[in-house]
Amino acid sequence: MSGAQPIVTSAADGAATGSVVELIDAVALIGSFPALAGASLRVERGEILLLRGPNGAGKTSLLRLCAGLLPLERGSASVCGVDLATDRELVRAHVGIIGHTNGLYHDLTVAENVGFWGRLSGATSAEVHEAMQRMGLDGRLSGVRVSKLSAGQRRRTALAGLVARRAELWLLDEPHAGLDADGRDELDRVLRAAAAAGATIIVASHELERAGGLATRQVEIVAGQVRGDLR
Amino acid sequence: MRSGTLAVARAIARRDLLVEWRSRVVTNQVIPFAVLVMVMFAFALDSDAVLERVAPGLVWLATIFSVLFLTARSFAVETADGALDAMRSAGVNPVAIFLGKSVAVAVQLLVLDVALVVAAVVLYRADVSLGGGVLLVTTILVATTGLASVATLYGGLAAGTKGRETLLPLLLLPVVAPVLIGATRATESAFGTNGIAVSEGWPWLGLLAVFAVLFSVVGAVAFGPLVDE
Repeated sequence: MSGAQPIVTSAADGAATGSVVELIDAVALIGSFPALAGASLRVERGEILLLRGPNGAGKTSLLRLCAGLLPLERGSASVCGVDLATDRELVRAHVGIIGHTNGLYHDLTVAENVGFWGRLSGATSAEVHEAMQRMGLDGRLSGVRVSKLSAGQRRRTALAGLVARRAELWLLDEPHAGLDADGRDELDRVLRAAAAAGATIIVASHELERAGGLATRQVEIVAGQVRGDLR
Repeated sequence: MRSGTLAVARAIARRDLLVEWRSRVVTNQVIPFAVLVMVMFAFALDSDAVLERVAPGLVWLATIFSVLFLTARSFAVETADGALDAMRSAGVNPVAIFLGKSVAVAVQLLVLDVALVVAAVVLYRADVSLGGGVLLVTTILVATTGLASVATLYGGLAAGTKGRETLLPLLLLPVVAPVLIGATRATESAFGTNGIAVSEGWPWLGLLAVFAVLFSVVGAVAFGPLVDE
Protein backbone atom coordinates (compact mmCIF):
# COMPACT_ATOMS: atom_id res chain seq x y z
CA MET A 1 0.00 0.00 0.00
CA SER A 2 1.08 3.57 -0.56
CA GLY A 3 1.85 6.16 2.08
CA ALA A 4 -1.74 7.39 2.25
CA GLN A 5 -3.70 6.44 5.33
CA PRO A 6 -6.60 4.21 4.33
CA ILE A 7 -9.82 5.78 5.48
CA VAL A 8 -12.05 2.82 4.68
CA THR A 9 -11.32 -0.83 4.74
CA SER A 10 -13.89 -2.31 2.40
CA ALA A 11 -16.32 -1.24 -0.29
CA ALA A 12 -19.14 -2.97 1.56
CA ASP A 13 -18.59 -0.60 4.49
CA GLY A 14 -19.66 2.31 2.31
CA ALA A 15 -22.97 0.86 1.31
CA ALA A 16 -23.78 0.16 4.93
CA THR A 17 -22.89 3.63 6.18
CA GLY A 18 -24.26 5.64 3.24
CA SER A 19 -20.90 6.77 1.87
CA VAL A 20 -21.18 8.38 -1.52
CA VAL A 21 -17.49 8.10 -2.43
CA GLU A 22 -15.11 5.35 -1.41
CA LEU A 23 -11.63 5.15 -2.82
CA ILE A 24 -9.09 2.64 -1.55
CA ASP A 25 -5.54 2.94 -2.87
CA ALA A 26 -6.94 4.24 -6.15
CA VAL A 27 -4.43 4.62 -8.96
CA ALA A 28 -5.31 6.51 -12.14
CA LEU A 29 -3.00 7.32 -15.02
CA ILE A 30 -2.89 10.20 -17.46
CA GLY A 31 -0.81 8.64 -20.21
CA SER A 32 1.87 6.88 -18.19
CA PHE A 33 1.88 9.52 -15.41
CA PRO A 34 0.20 8.41 -12.17
CA ALA A 35 -2.18 11.33 -11.59
CA LEU A 36 -3.52 9.45 -8.56
CA ALA A 37 -0.97 7.22 -6.85
CA GLY A 38 -2.87 5.29 -4.21
CA ALA A 39 -5.54 7.75 -3.09
CA SER A 40 -7.92 6.69 -0.32
CA LEU A 41 -10.95 8.71 0.62
CA ARG A 42 -14.44 8.33 1.98
CA VAL A 43 -17.12 11.01 1.62
CA GLU A 44 -20.46 10.79 3.39
CA ARG A 45 -23.80 11.94 2.04
CA GLY A 46 -24.45 15.66 2.62
CA GLU A 47 -20.79 16.55 3.15
CA ILE A 48 -19.08 19.49 1.50
CA LEU A 49 -15.50 18.33 1.12
CA LEU A 50 -12.68 20.68 0.14
CA LEU A 51 -9.82 19.16 -1.83
CA ARG A 52 -6.75 21.32 -1.40
CA GLY A 53 -3.24 20.96 -2.70
CA PRO A 54 -0.72 22.45 -5.09
CA ASN A 55 -1.09 22.50 -8.87
CA GLY A 56 -0.61 19.05 -10.38
CA ALA A 57 -1.23 17.29 -7.06
CA GLY A 58 -4.19 15.34 -8.45
CA LYS A 59 -7.27 17.35 -7.37
CA THR A 60 -8.86 17.52 -10.81
CA SER A 61 -7.86 13.92 -11.54
CA LEU A 62 -9.65 12.81 -8.39
CA LEU A 63 -12.78 14.69 -9.50
CA ARG A 64 -12.54 13.13 -12.97
CA LEU A 65 -12.07 9.66 -11.51
CA CYS A 66 -15.17 10.11 -9.35
CA ALA A 67 -17.10 11.35 -12.41
CA GLY A 68 -16.19 8.23 -14.36
CA LEU A 69 -14.13 10.24 -16.83
CA LEU A 70 -10.76 8.77 -15.83
CA PRO A 71 -10.29 4.99 -15.70
CA LEU A 72 -9.29 3.33 -12.46
CA GLU A 73 -5.98 1.57 -13.02
CA ARG A 74 -5.58 -0.18 -9.64
CA GLY A 75 -7.18 -0.19 -6.21
CA SER A 76 -10.91 0.01 -5.66
CA ALA A 77 -13.35 2.86 -6.10
CA SER A 78 -17.07 3.13 -5.62
CA VAL A 79 -19.19 6.23 -6.26
CA CYS A 80 -22.92 6.34 -5.49
CA GLY A 81 -22.76 2.58 -5.09
CA VAL A 82 -21.32 2.05 -8.58
CA ASP A 83 -18.03 0.18 -8.89
CA LEU A 84 -15.75 2.36 -11.04
CA ALA A 85 -13.54 -0.59 -11.92
CA THR A 86 -16.33 -2.27 -13.88
CA ASP A 87 -19.13 0.25 -14.50
CA ARG A 88 -17.60 3.71 -14.65
CA GLU A 89 -19.91 4.78 -17.52
CA LEU A 90 -22.92 4.11 -15.27
CA VAL A 91 -21.76 6.48 -12.55
CA ARG A 92 -22.05 9.48 -14.87
CA ALA A 93 -25.82 9.57 -14.51
CA HIS A 94 -25.45 10.07 -10.73
CA VAL A 95 -22.69 12.66 -10.82
CA GLY A 96 -22.44 16.26 -12.02
CA ILE A 97 -19.07 17.83 -12.70
CA ILE A 98 -18.57 21.53 -13.34
CA GLY A 99 -15.14 22.83 -14.20
CA HIS A 100 -14.10 26.03 -15.90
CA THR A 101 -17.13 25.91 -18.21
CA ASN A 102 -20.81 25.75 -17.26
CA GLY A 103 -22.21 23.60 -20.10
CA LEU A 104 -24.87 26.19 -20.99
CA TYR A 105 -26.41 27.40 -24.25
CA HIS A 106 -26.08 31.17 -24.32
CA ASP A 107 -28.92 31.81 -26.80
CA LEU A 108 -31.39 30.01 -24.54
CA THR A 109 -33.00 31.31 -21.37
CA VAL A 110 -32.28 30.06 -17.86
CA ALA A 111 -35.54 28.06 -17.85
CA GLU A 112 -34.78 26.52 -21.25
CA ASN A 113 -31.28 25.50 -20.17
CA VAL A 114 -32.39 23.98 -16.88
CA GLY A 115 -35.37 22.38 -18.61
CA PHE A 116 -33.08 20.80 -21.21
CA TRP A 117 -30.84 19.23 -18.58
CA GLY A 118 -33.90 18.06 -16.67
CA ARG A 119 -35.46 16.49 -19.76
CA LEU A 120 -32.31 14.41 -20.30
CA SER A 121 -33.09 12.71 -16.99
CA GLY A 122 -36.85 12.56 -17.41
CA ALA A 123 -37.54 15.35 -14.90
CA THR A 124 -41.03 16.84 -14.84
CA SER A 125 -41.75 20.56 -15.33
CA ALA A 126 -42.46 20.82 -11.60
CA GLU A 127 -39.06 19.32 -10.78
CA VAL A 128 -37.34 21.72 -13.18
CA HIS A 129 -39.17 24.65 -11.60
CA GLU A 130 -38.19 23.46 -8.14
CA ALA A 131 -34.55 23.21 -9.25
CA MET A 132 -34.61 26.83 -10.40
CA GLN A 133 -36.34 27.89 -7.22
CA ARG A 134 -33.67 26.23 -5.09
CA MET A 135 -30.97 28.13 -6.95
CA GLY A 136 -32.87 31.42 -6.76
CA LEU A 137 -33.47 31.49 -10.49
CA ASP A 138 -37.24 31.50 -10.60
CA GLY A 139 -39.21 34.66 -11.37
CA ARG A 140 -37.69 37.30 -13.63
CA LEU A 141 -34.35 35.53 -14.13
CA SER A 142 -35.94 32.37 -15.53
CA GLY A 143 -36.78 34.10 -18.81
CA VAL A 144 -33.43 35.83 -19.27
CA ARG A 145 -31.01 34.54 -21.88
CA VAL A 146 -27.81 33.09 -20.43
CA SER A 147 -25.74 35.51 -22.55
CA LYS A 148 -27.20 38.35 -20.45
CA LEU A 149 -26.37 36.79 -17.06
CA SER A 150 -23.48 37.56 -14.72
CA ALA A 151 -20.81 34.91 -14.11
CA GLY A 152 -22.40 34.04 -10.76
CA GLN A 153 -25.87 33.67 -12.25
CA ARG A 154 -24.46 31.40 -14.96
CA ARG A 155 -22.78 29.23 -12.34
CA ARG A 156 -26.08 28.98 -10.44
CA THR A 157 -27.88 28.05 -13.69
CA ALA A 158 -25.38 25.24 -14.22
CA LEU A 159 -25.95 24.06 -10.64
CA ALA A 160 -29.72 24.17 -11.20
CA GLY A 161 -29.08 21.82 -14.11
CA LEU A 162 -27.44 19.40 -11.67
CA VAL A 163 -30.46 19.63 -9.37
CA ALA A 164 -32.83 19.06 -12.31
CA ARG A 165 -30.74 16.05 -13.34
CA ARG A 166 -30.96 14.79 -9.76
CA ALA A 167 -27.18 14.45 -9.54
CA GLU A 168 -26.31 13.00 -6.13
CA LEU A 169 -22.64 13.97 -6.16
CA TRP A 170 -21.50 17.42 -7.27
CA LEU A 171 -17.87 17.76 -8.32
CA LEU A 172 -16.85 21.40 -8.58
CA ASP A 173 -13.44 22.46 -9.85
CA GLU A 174 -12.57 26.00 -8.70
CA PRO A 175 -16.24 27.04 -8.47
CA HIS A 176 -15.47 30.52 -7.12
CA ALA A 177 -13.17 31.44 -10.01
CA GLY A 178 -14.35 34.47 -11.95
CA LEU A 179 -17.10 35.42 -9.49
CA ASP A 180 -17.34 38.75 -7.68
CA ALA A 181 -17.91 38.96 -3.90
CA ASP A 182 -21.69 38.87 -4.20
CA GLY A 183 -21.53 35.96 -6.63
CA ARG A 184 -19.28 34.02 -4.25
CA ASP A 185 -21.59 34.63 -1.29
CA GLU A 186 -24.59 33.56 -3.35
CA LEU A 187 -22.77 30.44 -4.57
CA ASP A 188 -21.85 29.46 -1.01
CA ARG A 189 -25.44 29.95 0.08
CA VAL A 190 -26.85 27.67 -2.63
CA LEU A 191 -24.16 25.02 -2.08
CA ARG A 192 -24.90 24.88 1.65
CA ALA A 193 -28.62 24.62 0.88
CA ALA A 194 -27.97 21.86 -1.65
CA ALA A 195 -25.89 19.90 0.87
CA ALA A 196 -28.61 20.36 3.49
CA ALA A 197 -31.06 18.93 0.96
CA GLY A 198 -28.91 15.81 0.57
CA ALA A 199 -26.41 16.56 -2.19
CA THR A 200 -22.81 15.56 -1.58
CA ILE A 201 -20.32 18.15 -2.81
CA ILE A 202 -16.60 17.90 -3.47
CA VAL A 203 -14.87 21.19 -4.20
CA ALA A 204 -11.34 21.45 -5.58
CA SER A 205 -10.00 24.91 -4.90
CA HIS A 206 -6.93 27.02 -4.34
CA GLU A 207 -9.00 29.65 -2.55
CA LEU A 208 -8.59 28.13 0.89
CA GLU A 209 -10.14 30.95 2.89
CA ARG A 210 -13.28 31.09 0.77
CA ALA A 211 -13.73 27.37 0.10
CA GLY A 212 -12.53 26.44 3.58
CA GLY A 213 -15.34 28.48 5.10
CA LEU A 214 -17.82 26.62 2.93
CA ALA A 215 -16.52 23.09 3.50
CA THR A 216 -17.57 20.79 6.31
CA ARG A 217 -14.26 18.89 5.93
CA GLN A 218 -10.96 19.38 4.16
CA VAL A 219 -8.36 16.97 2.83
CA GLU A 220 -5.08 17.71 1.14
CA ILE A 221 -3.83 15.95 -1.96
CA VAL A 222 -0.08 15.69 -2.41
CA ALA A 223 1.54 13.78 -5.25
CA GLY A 224 -1.63 11.90 -6.07
CA GLN A 225 -2.34 10.77 -2.50
CA VAL A 226 -4.93 11.98 0.00
CA ARG A 227 -3.16 13.14 3.16
CA GLY A 228 -6.13 12.78 5.46
CA ASP A 229 -8.46 14.98 7.37
CA LEU A 230 -7.24 18.52 8.05
CA ARG A 231 -10.04 19.58 10.31
CA MET B 1 -36.06 7.69 -14.16
CA ARG B 2 -33.68 8.11 -17.09
CA SER B 3 -35.08 9.14 -20.46
CA GLY B 4 -34.85 6.74 -23.39
CA THR B 5 -32.58 7.32 -26.37
CA LEU B 6 -35.33 8.66 -28.62
CA ALA B 7 -36.67 11.03 -25.95
CA VAL B 8 -33.17 12.41 -25.37
CA ALA B 9 -32.57 12.71 -29.13
CA ARG B 10 -35.85 14.62 -29.42
CA ALA B 11 -34.82 16.96 -26.60
CA ILE B 12 -31.47 17.63 -28.28
CA ALA B 13 -33.03 18.24 -31.70
CA ARG B 14 -35.63 20.55 -30.17
CA ARG B 15 -32.94 22.47 -28.29
CA ASP B 16 -30.74 22.86 -31.40
CA LEU B 17 -33.70 24.17 -33.41
CA LEU B 18 -34.61 26.53 -30.58
CA VAL B 19 -31.05 27.87 -30.51
CA GLU B 20 -31.27 28.41 -34.28
CA TRP B 21 -34.69 30.06 -33.99
CA ARG B 22 -33.25 32.48 -31.44
CA SER B 23 -30.01 33.24 -33.26
CA ARG B 24 -31.49 33.17 -36.82
CA VAL B 25 -28.12 32.17 -38.28
CA VAL B 26 -29.71 29.95 -40.95
CA THR B 27 -32.36 32.43 -42.02
CA ASN B 28 -30.22 35.56 -41.82
CA GLN B 29 -26.85 34.21 -42.91
CA VAL B 30 -26.75 30.68 -44.37
CA ILE B 31 -29.75 30.92 -46.74
CA PRO B 32 -28.70 34.37 -48.04
CA PHE B 33 -25.17 33.00 -48.55
CA ALA B 34 -26.44 30.01 -50.53
CA VAL B 35 -28.77 32.12 -52.67
CA LEU B 36 -25.93 34.58 -53.22
CA VAL B 37 -23.78 31.74 -54.54
CA MET B 38 -26.54 30.93 -57.04
CA VAL B 39 -26.80 34.58 -58.07
CA MET B 40 -23.02 34.92 -58.49
CA PHE B 41 -22.98 31.85 -60.73
CA ALA B 42 -25.75 33.43 -62.80
CA PHE B 43 -23.58 36.54 -63.25
CA ALA B 44 -20.46 34.48 -63.99
CA LEU B 45 -22.02 32.13 -66.53
CA ASP B 46 -24.31 34.75 -68.09
CA SER B 47 -26.05 32.34 -70.45
CA ASP B 48 -29.57 30.99 -70.02
CA ALA B 49 -28.71 27.78 -71.83
CA VAL B 50 -25.67 27.09 -69.68
CA LEU B 51 -27.48 28.04 -66.49
CA GLU B 52 -30.35 25.70 -67.27
CA ARG B 53 -27.87 22.89 -67.84
CA VAL B 54 -25.86 23.44 -64.66
CA ALA B 55 -28.73 24.46 -62.33
CA PRO B 56 -29.04 21.04 -60.59
CA GLY B 57 -25.31 20.92 -59.86
CA LEU B 58 -25.32 24.48 -58.53
CA VAL B 59 -28.23 23.72 -56.19
CA TRP B 60 -26.31 20.86 -54.61
CA LEU B 61 -22.96 22.66 -54.63
CA ALA B 62 -24.56 25.54 -52.75
CA THR B 63 -26.19 23.02 -50.37
CA ILE B 64 -22.89 21.32 -49.62
CA PHE B 65 -21.07 24.62 -49.01
CA SER B 66 -23.89 25.60 -46.67
CA VAL B 67 -23.65 22.29 -44.80
CA LEU B 68 -20.19 23.38 -43.70
CA PHE B 69 -21.61 26.51 -42.05
CA LEU B 70 -24.53 24.65 -40.50
CA THR B 71 -22.29 21.97 -39.05
CA ALA B 72 -19.73 24.43 -37.73
CA ARG B 73 -22.54 26.41 -36.11
CA SER B 74 -24.16 23.27 -34.68
CA PHE B 75 -20.97 22.35 -32.82
CA ALA B 76 -19.91 25.91 -32.00
CA VAL B 77 -22.91 26.22 -29.67
CA GLU B 78 -21.88 22.93 -28.05
CA THR B 79 -18.26 23.87 -27.45
CA ALA B 80 -18.71 27.56 -26.54
CA ASP B 81 -19.40 26.73 -22.87
CA GLY B 82 -18.43 23.07 -22.76
CA ALA B 83 -21.97 21.74 -23.27
CA LEU B 84 -20.92 18.75 -25.39
CA ASP B 85 -18.41 17.70 -22.71
CA ALA B 86 -21.08 18.25 -20.07
CA MET B 87 -23.49 15.96 -21.92
CA ARG B 88 -20.88 13.21 -22.19
CA SER B 89 -19.91 13.72 -18.54
CA ALA B 90 -23.57 13.36 -17.61
CA GLY B 91 -23.68 9.99 -19.33
CA VAL B 92 -25.96 11.11 -22.16
CA ASN B 93 -26.07 8.34 -24.75
CA PRO B 94 -23.87 9.40 -27.71
CA VAL B 95 -26.32 7.73 -30.11
CA ALA B 96 -28.99 10.14 -28.85
CA ILE B 97 -26.65 13.12 -29.27
CA PHE B 98 -25.83 12.02 -32.82
CA LEU B 99 -29.47 11.43 -33.74
CA GLY B 100 -30.68 14.68 -32.20
CA LYS B 101 -28.05 16.82 -33.82
CA SER B 102 -28.47 15.06 -37.19
CA VAL B 103 -32.22 15.67 -37.17
CA ALA B 104 -31.73 19.35 -36.33
CA VAL B 105 -29.19 19.78 -39.16
CA ALA B 106 -31.51 17.89 -41.54
CA VAL B 107 -34.46 20.17 -40.75
CA GLN B 108 -32.35 23.26 -41.39
CA LEU B 109 -31.04 21.73 -44.63
CA LEU B 110 -34.58 21.05 -45.81
CA VAL B 111 -35.48 24.70 -45.35
CA LEU B 112 -32.32 25.68 -47.20
CA ASP B 113 -33.01 23.29 -50.09
CA VAL B 114 -36.52 24.65 -50.58
CA ALA B 115 -35.03 28.14 -50.86
CA LEU B 116 -32.38 26.91 -53.33
CA VAL B 117 -34.88 25.09 -55.55
CA VAL B 118 -37.04 28.21 -55.66
CA ALA B 119 -33.91 30.22 -56.54
CA ALA B 120 -33.08 27.74 -59.32
CA VAL B 121 -36.60 28.01 -60.76
CA VAL B 122 -36.54 31.81 -60.62
CA LEU B 123 -32.94 32.49 -61.60
CA TYR B 124 -32.19 29.60 -63.95
CA ARG B 125 -35.72 28.98 -65.23
CA ALA B 126 -35.63 25.37 -64.13
CA ASP B 127 -38.86 23.55 -64.91
CA VAL B 128 -40.39 20.87 -62.68
CA SER B 129 -43.23 18.57 -63.81
CA LEU B 130 -45.48 16.68 -61.36
CA GLY B 131 -43.44 13.47 -61.74
CA GLY B 132 -40.27 15.49 -61.52
CA GLY B 133 -41.57 17.13 -58.34
CA VAL B 134 -42.03 13.76 -56.65
CA LEU B 135 -38.50 12.74 -57.64
CA LEU B 136 -37.13 16.10 -56.49
CA VAL B 137 -38.80 15.92 -53.07
CA THR B 138 -37.60 12.34 -52.56
CA THR B 139 -34.08 13.29 -53.65
CA ILE B 140 -33.98 16.21 -51.24
CA LEU B 141 -35.22 14.06 -48.33
CA VAL B 142 -32.77 11.21 -48.91
CA ALA B 143 -29.77 13.40 -49.79
CA THR B 144 -30.47 15.63 -46.78
CA THR B 145 -30.54 12.61 -44.46
CA GLY B 146 -27.15 11.47 -45.74
CA LEU B 147 -25.61 14.93 -45.62
CA ALA B 148 -26.88 15.60 -42.10
CA SER B 149 -25.53 12.27 -40.84
CA VAL B 150 -22.07 12.59 -42.32
CA ALA B 151 -21.83 16.28 -41.38
CA THR B 152 -22.75 15.53 -37.74
CA LEU B 153 -20.23 12.70 -37.59
CA TYR B 154 -17.37 14.81 -38.96
CA GLY B 155 -18.54 17.89 -37.07
CA GLY B 156 -18.22 15.93 -33.83
CA LEU B 157 -14.80 14.70 -34.84
CA ALA B 158 -13.57 18.20 -35.67
CA ALA B 159 -15.27 19.88 -32.68
CA GLY B 160 -12.48 19.20 -30.24
CA THR B 161 -9.58 19.93 -32.56
CA LYS B 162 -7.51 23.01 -33.22
CA GLY B 163 -8.21 24.63 -36.59
CA ARG B 164 -11.61 22.97 -36.80
CA GLU B 165 -12.91 25.68 -39.15
CA THR B 166 -10.47 24.59 -41.86
CA LEU B 167 -10.34 20.93 -40.91
CA LEU B 168 -14.06 20.32 -41.35
CA PRO B 169 -14.19 21.19 -45.10
CA LEU B 170 -11.07 19.11 -45.73
CA LEU B 171 -12.65 16.11 -44.02
CA LEU B 172 -16.18 16.53 -45.28
CA LEU B 173 -15.98 17.62 -48.91
CA PRO B 174 -14.30 14.48 -50.31
CA VAL B 175 -16.71 12.22 -48.41
CA VAL B 176 -19.87 13.92 -49.70
CA ALA B 177 -18.83 13.63 -53.37
CA PRO B 178 -21.23 10.68 -53.92
CA VAL B 179 -24.12 12.84 -52.65
CA LEU B 180 -23.12 15.68 -54.96
CA ILE B 181 -23.04 13.31 -57.95
CA GLY B 182 -26.18 11.30 -57.11
CA ALA B 183 -28.31 14.26 -56.08
CA THR B 184 -27.22 16.30 -59.10
CA ARG B 185 -28.10 13.50 -61.53
CA ALA B 186 -31.47 12.89 -59.87
CA THR B 187 -32.23 16.62 -59.86
CA GLU B 188 -31.28 16.86 -63.57
CA SER B 189 -33.94 14.26 -64.23
CA ALA B 190 -36.45 16.09 -62.05
CA PHE B 191 -35.76 19.36 -63.91
CA GLY B 192 -35.70 17.57 -67.30
CA THR B 193 -32.27 19.06 -67.99
CA ASN B 194 -31.01 18.20 -71.52
CA GLY B 195 -34.20 16.20 -72.10
CA ILE B 196 -33.35 13.57 -69.46
CA ALA B 197 -36.46 11.58 -68.45
CA VAL B 198 -37.71 11.56 -64.86
CA SER B 199 -37.43 7.77 -64.78
CA GLU B 200 -33.65 8.01 -65.30
CA GLY B 201 -33.31 9.84 -62.00
CA TRP B 202 -34.73 7.18 -59.69
CA PRO B 203 -31.73 4.80 -59.85
CA TRP B 204 -29.53 7.58 -58.44
CA LEU B 205 -31.69 7.53 -55.34
CA GLY B 206 -30.27 4.07 -54.64
CA LEU B 207 -26.80 5.59 -54.28
CA LEU B 208 -28.16 8.36 -52.05
CA ALA B 209 -30.09 5.86 -49.91
CA VAL B 210 -27.04 3.63 -49.43
CA PHE B 211 -25.01 6.69 -48.42
CA ALA B 212 -27.70 7.83 -45.97
CA VAL B 213 -28.07 4.42 -44.34
CA LEU B 214 -24.30 3.84 -44.21
CA PHE B 215 -23.47 7.14 -42.52
CA SER B 216 -26.50 7.02 -40.20
CA VAL B 217 -25.32 3.64 -38.87
CA VAL B 218 -21.61 4.48 -38.85
CA GLY B 219 -22.33 7.84 -37.24
CA ALA B 220 -24.48 6.35 -34.48
CA VAL B 221 -21.79 3.78 -33.66
CA ALA B 222 -18.69 5.97 -34.03
CA PHE B 223 -19.89 9.33 -32.69
CA GLY B 224 -19.32 8.51 -29.00
CA PRO B 225 -15.74 7.25 -29.30
CA LEU B 226 -14.83 10.09 -31.71
CA VAL B 227 -16.22 12.80 -29.41
CA ASP B 228 -14.62 11.23 -26.33
CA GLU B 229 -11.24 11.19 -28.07
